[in-house]
Amino acid sequence: MSILATNLPGLNLKNPIMPASGCCGFGEELGQLYDLNQLGAIMIKAATPEPKFGNPVPRVAETPDGMLNAIGLQNPGVAQIIKTKIPYLQQNFPELPIIANVAGATEADYVAVCQQIGKPHLVSAIELNISCPNVAHGGMSFGVDPQMAYELTKACVAASEVPVYVKLSPNVTNIVTIAKAIEKANPAGFTMINTLVGMRFDLTTRQPILANQTGGLSGPAILPVALHMIHQVHLACDLPIIGMGGIQKPEDILEMIIAGADAVAVGTANLIDPFICNKLIQALPATMAEYNIESIESLIQQRDKIE
Amino acid sequence: MVFDDQLTVIQQKEIAVGTFEMCLAGEMAKRPIHPGQFVNIQIPEASLRRPFGIAEVNQQAGYIKIIYRVVGAGTEAMAQLALGTKLQVLGPLGHGFPIDQLPKKATVLIVSGGTGLPPLYELTRVLAARGHQLDIALGFPTKNRVFYEENMAQFGHTEVITDDGTYQNKGLITDLLDQSFSTKSYDAVYACGPRPLELAVSQRFAQHPQAYISAEARMACGIGICNACVVRTPDNGYKKVCSDGPVFHVNEVIL
Repeated sequence: MSILATNLPGLNLKNPIMPASGCCGFGEELGQLYDLNQLGAIMIKAATPEPKFGNPVPRVAETPDGMLNAIGLQNPGVAQIIKTKIPYLQQNFPELPIIANVAGATEADYVAVCQQIGKPHLVSAIELNISCPNVAHGGMSFGVDPQMAYELTKACVAASEVPVYVKLSPNVTNIVTIAKAIEKANPAGFTMINTLVGMRFDLTTRQPILANQTGGLSGPAILPVALHMIHQVHLACDLPIIGMGGIQKPEDILEMIIAGADAVAVGTANLIDPFICNKLIQALPATMAEYNIESIESLIQQRDKIE
Repeated sequence: MVFDDQLTVIQQKEIAVGTFEMCLAGEMAKRPIHPGQFVNIQIPEASLRRPFGIAEVNQQAGYIKIIYRVVGAGTEAMAQLALGTKLQVLGPLGHGFPIDQLPKKATVLIVSGGTGLPPLYELTRVLAARGHQLDIALGFPTKNRVFYEENMAQFGHTEVITDDGTYQNKGLITDLLDQSFSTKSYDAVYACGPRPLELAVSQRFAQHPQAYISAEARMACGIGICNACVVRTPDNGYKKVCSDGPVFHVNEVIL
């Protein structure tokens, strides 16, 4: 067994590294740059029932050690994703596990998309996006209310034929309360964290830089927040976690696993260096050796034994 | 194919007030680069890269040139970079100006506004080398912002207009087009500049089969994965400026 391998429900990964949803499109662009079969998995861009154009521009703003985005779940709709996007990945990268990010404005939207895309011949798992801060309806509103999050997760788990991971929002008073409520609906695990809501203003116009006014903060600035929340949820719940938030170095990956993650996703770093996931996969073994880590599996086992 | 090359700053020169010309030496100069393509440069201290149109490719000397104006913290930091500084440069990106379809000795109109000039300079160089006949209209805000007039003039008939009339003609670029470039019919029109200029060119040449603008947009990735730089199309769809453009036919997108 490879020293980089890690296993989660529905996801036997050759390494713990995958590009995060919204930061790799549907793999078509990154697939021109390197062999995506090397990735642990890929989390493709959100799917909604109908095509979605998203928010007006400007959609991004720079921040210290990060960025704000308010793309607004732009996507060609679930039918088109199933028809063209997933076959592209399956044909060109047959060894690549695909995780579909599912979003919507209503519970019925989420269920409908899960029913269509949550099939073993299409994807390995679903990431339930109840934490997007950039849409007027649905998205984060589901992820900040324990009862709604529970109900939605339960309905989507029932509607899907593949494991369902729930993407948690950091924009809550107590993430453990939400995570515990969701855990009762029997999802396969959590992915966390989505972006933190933020704003920036233009001094000249005295207006918000983003057309949507608010956006989601991502990048290295949020790494400590992600580590803390992953740690809290890991201690409070029994479900595996795919950790994300500000990873840019091999050390960050190991730190996130120590905090409680079983695999990790890399987001904003792809937008600055599109080769980053490939580079991290190459660099990870040397960093593990430096810290006497025999394998990712052993790091996870030792972590859980101590607790 | 996209590369992330480490290039060395070998020249940094202020060519007009707040406008800098930077030469970057390294592998990128040998890549197949089409006029109108751009690079996305990682600047020290900035968290996102910055996109710049490629102003010149000098394969023999092994450098590419960009021209930028200091408009914020990122470009301010760039202007401070010492010779010898190494920068990560992602490119060549996007689709450039369509030129292979032009007839022999085509008559071409180039319309530039301010710092829209850089990609048009590389285009002009290449078109002139191919033997096309060029008319060049350059607009700038004011006299101390004028740059590359002589560089452009070596490739074709060039006229300048400034908003305040402090240099050559006074008025908007459309005034210059009316005054000096309205009698000929052109095989192709290529434009780059601020949004009002591109809108004016789009309206003026809406019926022209070979009229192109290079759009500007706030970007992050530069390769089409983040969907930050989208523009609407007339059929209610959208295009990504970075990967579908930055060059579009004037009727292809809604500016």
